[in-house]
Amino acid sequence: MARIFFDHISTSPLDPRVFEAMRPYFLEVYGNPSSHIHDQGQAALKAVDAARAEVASLLNAGPGEIVFTSGATESNNLAVKGAAEAAGRKGGHIVVSDVEHFSVLNALIPLRNRGVEVTTVPVDSDGKVDPGDVAGAIRSDTMLVSVMQANSEIGTIQPVAEIGRIARERGVLFHTDATASAGHIPLDVRTIGADLVTLSAHNFYGPKGAGALFVREGVALVSQIDGGFQERGFRAGTENVPGIVGMGAAAGIAKREMGEWDFRLRRLGKRLWEGIAASVDHLHFTGHPSDRLPGHVSFWVEYAEGESLLLFLNVNGIMAASGSACSSNLRGHDEEDLVASPVLRAIGVPSDICTGSITFSLGKGNTEAEVDEVVSVLPGIVKRLWEMSPTYLDYQKQKAQGGA
Amino acid sequence: MAGGPYTAKVMDHFMNPRNVGEIENADGVGEVGNPACGDMMRLYLKVEEGKIVDAKFRTFGCGAAIASSSMLTEMIKGKTLEEARAITNQQVAEALDGLPPVKIHCSVMAEQAVKAALDDYVKKNPG
Ligand code: FES
Repeated sequence: MARIFFDHISTSPLDPRVFEAMRPYFLEVYGNPSSHIHDQGQAALKAVDAARAEVASLLNAGPGEIVFTSGATESNNLAVKGAAEAAGRKGGHIVVSDVEHFSVLNALIPLRNRGVEVTTVPVDSDGKVDPGDVAGAIRSDTMLVSVMQANSEIGTIQPVAEIGRIARERGVLFHTDATASAGHIPLDVRTIGADLVTLSAHNFYGPKGAGALFVREGVALVSQIDGGFQERGFRAGTENVPGIVGMGAAAGIAKREMGEWDFRLRRLGKRLWEGIAASVDHLHFTGHPSDRLPGHVSFWVEYAEGESLLLFLNVNGIMAASGSACSSNLRGHDEEDLVASPVLRAIGVPSDICTGSITFSLGKGNTEAEVDEVVSVLPGIVKRLWEMSPTYLDYQKQKAQGGA
Repeated sequence: MAGGPYTAKVMDHFMNPRNVGEIENADGVGEVGNPACGDMMRLYLKVEEGKIVDAKFRTFGCGAAIASSSMLTEMIKGKTLEEARAITNQQVAEALDGLPPVKIHCSVMAEQAVKAALDDYVKKNPG
């Protein structure tokens, strides 16, 4: 049975060309870039610098503005905590959206404990932030605005250029978390006026454990890891050379091929969207209908629980994601670790229904045949779950009584 | 087949749940919800001479909830009312070869559903 991977928001498969680029940096070039007096160190340093230039070029940034990290979580922590700490005053204020990733929202907790105030701007039912709300939330002591470029769960793309312009006018730093979007949609740090941008390599066919933070020249940050002077002092610790090389290769490929991927994925996404809209009743799409990530289709189905949908899909060879509480943290300790998706709550989906949410996120390797397979399998799975569901039974009885 | 975090037994009962449905004019009906995740189980019992002769369920919930419901109906069929009332969620979980710690509460839903259905039976058949 063919296995269909429709969960590219969780991670994407490594591009074999990226793997080839990384390969020499395990056994042949093992030097430490800090020891660049000798040949091994020099070769490693050269590779890291080349990767830095490729990542910078993906964002239209300068190579000196890229700080390599272990991934998006670290980058978000460095951006949010680093900027707040560098502002150096007591208290202060940060503006974020309601749909940020946990690595932004939870990074705010220790800041709050130190007296930083946070304003969370809401999103509309399509998951969009209103830039006017951001403008209204900025105060004289605001240090940072953080709004993601696109949300992985519902796919909505935020008006980051407008938000960046507002932040700039008010003299406030602007951070955007581009984990879900970088490498998939254009991201030009000059046009969006961003001061800080989070990137994750494994979300655009690069390796896991490699990420970056764009830090605009002149922006001050307090490093969150104490140690040596790697990465201009923003990030101590010996560089993950193979990971960085892989990230550079992935960025180069994305820059060249993004347009082609976008074209294909939009077509596949549309086919999937229309296919399931026509074949599954009681289905509600989430996120913005057009301003969304390419190849991203998210929805919830009444009377069908998300984890059960995922399990049945997997049994049918289809791998997807759910914002369901039931499937949220299966390795947790107890039921306290189960939480329905805050993103779905933010867009106003009732929480007992949040359970049915599914995200299909396609990647460059997916095909039309796979889309058609999913469209043909999903209705049967939903029907099976409905037949087991007491609430669906009640609904049908009501409908029958209503004489429909 | 084991599925993700679940045992092969859980997956079997999830994929091929026993006793899904409802019983017309059931002698006892129990419905319980799971506040942790908004899930729900409804259990129907047919009782003859102090014994459960048939049990059916409908559940809206995760894989563990559906498997627990299915396993529970198998366990209570043929049992006396007292025996059925004594069944614990632990026994249901054990019969499924275990559940992940976060999913234990889904088997609690099954235990509570029997108790609710038996209470309903007692209410309908006082004395
Ligand atoms: S019923 Fe929701 S986690 Fe099991």
